[in-house]
Amino acid sequence: MSSNSQKKGFGATIWDYLTTVDHKKIAILYLISGGFFFLVGGVEAMMIRIQLMKAGNDFLSAGTYNEVLTMHGTTMIFLAAMPILLAFMNAVSPLQIGARDVAFPFLNSLGFWLFFFGGIFLNLSWFLGGAPDAGWTNYASLALASEGHGIDFYSLGLTISGFGTLIAGINFLVTIINMRAPGMTYMRMPLFTWTTFVASALILLAFPPLTVGIFFMVFDRLFGANFFDVTMGGNTIIWEHFFWIFGHPEVYILILPAFGIFSEIFAIFSRKRLFGYTALVFATILIGFYGFMVWAHHMFTVGLGPTANAVFALATMIIAVPTGIKIFNWLLTIWGGNISFTVPMIYAVAFIPSFVAGGVTGVMQAIAPLDYQLHDSYFIVAHFHYVIVGGVVLAILAGTHLYWPKMFGTMLSEKLGKWTFWFFFIGFHLTFFIQHFLGLMGMPRRVYTFGADQGWDLFNAISSAGALLMAIGILILLVNVVMTVMKGERVGNDPWGDGRTLEWAIPSPPPFYNFAQTPLVRGLDPYWIEKMEGNKEGMVYAEPLGDIHMPNGSFIPFVISLGMFIAAFGAMYHTDGHAWALPVLIGGLAITFGSMLVRSLKDDLGFHVTKEELIADNERIQREARALEGGKKGGLK
Amino acid sequence: MMKGPKKWRLFALMTALLVFLSGCGREEISTLIPAGKVAQDQFNLLILSSIVMLFVIVVVTIIYVLAIVKFRRSKVGEDMIPEQVEGSARLEFIWTAIPIVLLLILAVPTVYSTFDLADVTAMDAQNEDGVAENLTVNVTGKLYWWEFEYPEQEIRTAQELVVPTGERVYFNLIAADVKHSFWIPSVGGKLDVNPENVNTFYLEFDKESSELEEGVYFGKCAELCGPSHALMDFKVKTLNREDFDAWVAAMQEEQAAPTETLAQEGQEIFEQSCISCHAVNSAGAPTGFGPNLTTFGDRTTIAGFMEHDEETLKNWIADPQQYKPGNLMPAPEEINNGEPFSDQELDALAAYLMSLKVEE
Repeated sequence: MSSNSQKKGFGATIWDYLTTVDHKKIAILYLISGGFFFLVGGVEAMMIRIQLMKAGNDFLSAGTYNEVLTMHGTTMIFLAAMPILLAFMNAVSPLQIGARDVAFPFLNSLGFWLFFFGGIFLNLSWFLGGAPDAGWTNYASLALASEGHGIDFYSLGLTISGFGTLIAGINFLVTIINMRAPGMTYMRMPLFTWTTFVASALILLAFPPLTVGIFFMVFDRLFGANFFDVTMGGNTIIWEHFFWIFGHPEVYILILPAFGIFSEIFAIFSRKRLFGYTALVFATILIGFYGFMVWAHHMFTVGLGPTANAVFALATMIIAVPTGIKIFNWLLTIWGGNISFTVPMIYAVAFIPSFVAGGVTGVMQAIAPLDYQLHDSYFIVAHFHYVIVGGVVLAILAGTHLYWPKMFGTMLSEKLGKWTFWFFFIGFHLTFFIQHFLGLMGMPRRVYTFGADQGWDLFNAISSAGALLMAIGILILLVNVVMTVMKGERVGNDPWGDGRTLEWAIPSPPPFYNFAQTPLVRGLDPYWIEKMEGNKEGMVYAEPLGDIHMPNGSFIPFVISLGMFIAAFGAMYHTDGHAWALPVLIGGLAITFGSMLVRSLKDDLGFHVTKEELIADNERIQREARALEGGKKGGLK
Repeated sequence: MMKGPKKWRLFALMTALLVFLSGCGREEISTLIPAGKVAQDQFNLLILSSIVMLFVIVVVTIIYVLAIVKFRRSKVGEDMIPEQVEGSARLEFIWTAIPIVLLLILAVPTVYSTFDLADVTAMDAQNEDGVAENLTVNVTGKLYWWEFEYPEQEIRTAQELVVPTGERVYFNLIAADVKHSFWIPSVGGKLDVNPENVNTFYLEFDKESSELEEGVYFGKCAELCGPSHALMDFKVKTLNREDFDAWVAAMQEEQAAPTETLAQEGQEIFEQSCISCHAVNSAGAPTGFGPNLTTFGDRTTIAGFMEHDEETLKNWIADPQQYKPGNLMPAPEEINNGEPFSDQELDALAAYLMSLKVEE
């Protein structure tokens, strides 16, 4: 229960992270593991582009290519993009609302470990007989026909990590509803917190259909059920509905927090409050709401009939309106501002044209008859990469630079950051812009090879060259991270100088209890208000200094998740008739439920940080801040 | 300090130039060179929506470029604190209303075309003699090939669809195993080939394929269906009505036996090893396993994607898995008493198969 600046041994640090329930440390865990899976998915992407760089290439075999494309999509969506966004949500949104932690710290840890073990389980398929090969959409007829255990790794792995995501979503909903500091009304919440809130609601409503679909898949494949087996009266279209009722909101689960990050960046680096804050909030809610009414636009070619296609086409077009509102409000936020082109701001500025390009091709595909041509061609590949990379990944890179000082107390190099940006940004457009035309020229997606007689050679070669630039950009980012960690130069509360929200009012990284005294929020952008009024202390407070109740760390979330990880192996190999499989299944579940029982029966009342400890800690923080100031001045001489 | 916009413009220019230089793809497969009513309608929607979207992009770009040029810190001063504007109800109204109008412009043709392209009511129309007025083709997608049955004409073929130009051709689509998707990019958008239900639509073919460089349009499977999804190609031969009728008549006749000795030898082997899967008579009952080979000698490809010559054919028969992984054609050892085909046998088979023709 001492401050986190105390030096610890390596083993003690590992144990600390295995048992932590602190949202800031869980954020770091999400960032590291999400970042790791991002690299894995990136390597898979490079393999795809190497295979397709020329006609008739034989770098990957047909079957392996399908595994790589499936794992690229699944990894990037479930194991990279979502966890990294959850990292920022964890690191920032409790601070933004002035909370000491999330509502359920124990569940927060459980959510992370479930995601982690689910992701590891899924990726172990590479070493245990072959990865899933039916695409990240895992359409049922192909998934049921797939041999080996690849699809089982997919369905069981996503079940486990899906539990984790669902838990995280519920946790943020409860946190944001209940734990806002005095004065932090809904309409004063920073936009990143708003988008976290709406995205969490989408998680709550969208993951159950996926879980149901995957359960059916597990039962069909492992326990002889026939939900999707056409020859036994099943129906494969049902899977498509389940998947897309989840899958479309999933896109918004990813893009809304990205919008949130960019909203923060536009305000901070234009030194201006968000233009049309109310409109931005309602646009966020509307996008989340409409997100559940458009899933069948992924299924225009399935043969649902003209009425369904027309209705879903119109519903889809409507989404362009709130999205457009957001774009224009951002433009008006920087309009009349004082723009500083730091690395996060460069990403945010680059995001606008990239995302608009992805958005307009989205509207084009909403035109159902036109989509008959575009669907499942490289046009759609270009479109969703413009949205996901041009929106979500740029937000992740921007957020990494923006929140790095808040999470780790050091600054990533701006110079290397700009190099990363230019390589990544140019590479991104080079890779994907040209793919629109490949699609229009008749190239279907998910093809492991193409003939020299199709006329697609040049554009594919260009696309692969672009991918190389993106990879270089990411490598520079890694160098940047390593150099920053090695240097370890500490920064103060508000390293960007123009922070507006509560997280910039406290030290970087914040003490484990976040706020010694809960702040009083007097309006939108509370820290900016205090700064403008010349408040030297940083904030005004809603309570006197007093004892703080904090939760104890726990190893139980790790064990619960480990039990499910073990049980999944038992369930999977049970179908092969191994005698050990059933005991493993039961044993794994026993570990999970046993540790839940321990958690339920054993009282864990947490501990108190006393007033005296807070005062001592505050003095230490002041001392460090002064040293930092002095160091800076010394450096300037 | 910011070299961004300059680089970006140069890059955009280069890209545009490249696209211009390499044209619109090949006539046989590009959606940008439509060769029938359906593709033309869809192309028109593409152009209309591109124009509307270009307008959006131009508006955003103008505001965007002005904003980042005018309000950069080096211009407005290090210490300038901007006015903290809350918003503007009028502007919010404008950028809500204008997009709605733009979407309405797109919505009307979208709805019209959605119903128009799904209109298959004329499919079952019959004239006074009870003969169907329109041609219907039943398409079955299989791992990894296509079967085309002409129910009225009572003929069937595989891999190369033959259709008349200048009229509406109706299609019934179903999958025999996993889901596929039927797509002839230059003629019209795709429709999924589901295992559980028949999907129906129509296409029109404007131009005779003999005018094309390759002599056929390229068809594709557009839904991931397994390792050889990328190789599940088919070709489309479009003939004028007269030639099409002649082709149908030739297909309906009993096919003549080969005259060459080598081909006759091949026929013997074929009838021992291959005929249980591959029919060579288009009118007979389907075997259901392998593609019908009645028109094999007329085709432009082997297995849907390889050069149409004897050498390729022999390689293919000797080891189908090497060329189309995961396909269901057995290796020679499984159908030839455990032995691979000898060179002599392969020569004979190739000669026989190449002699299977209905066109002159």
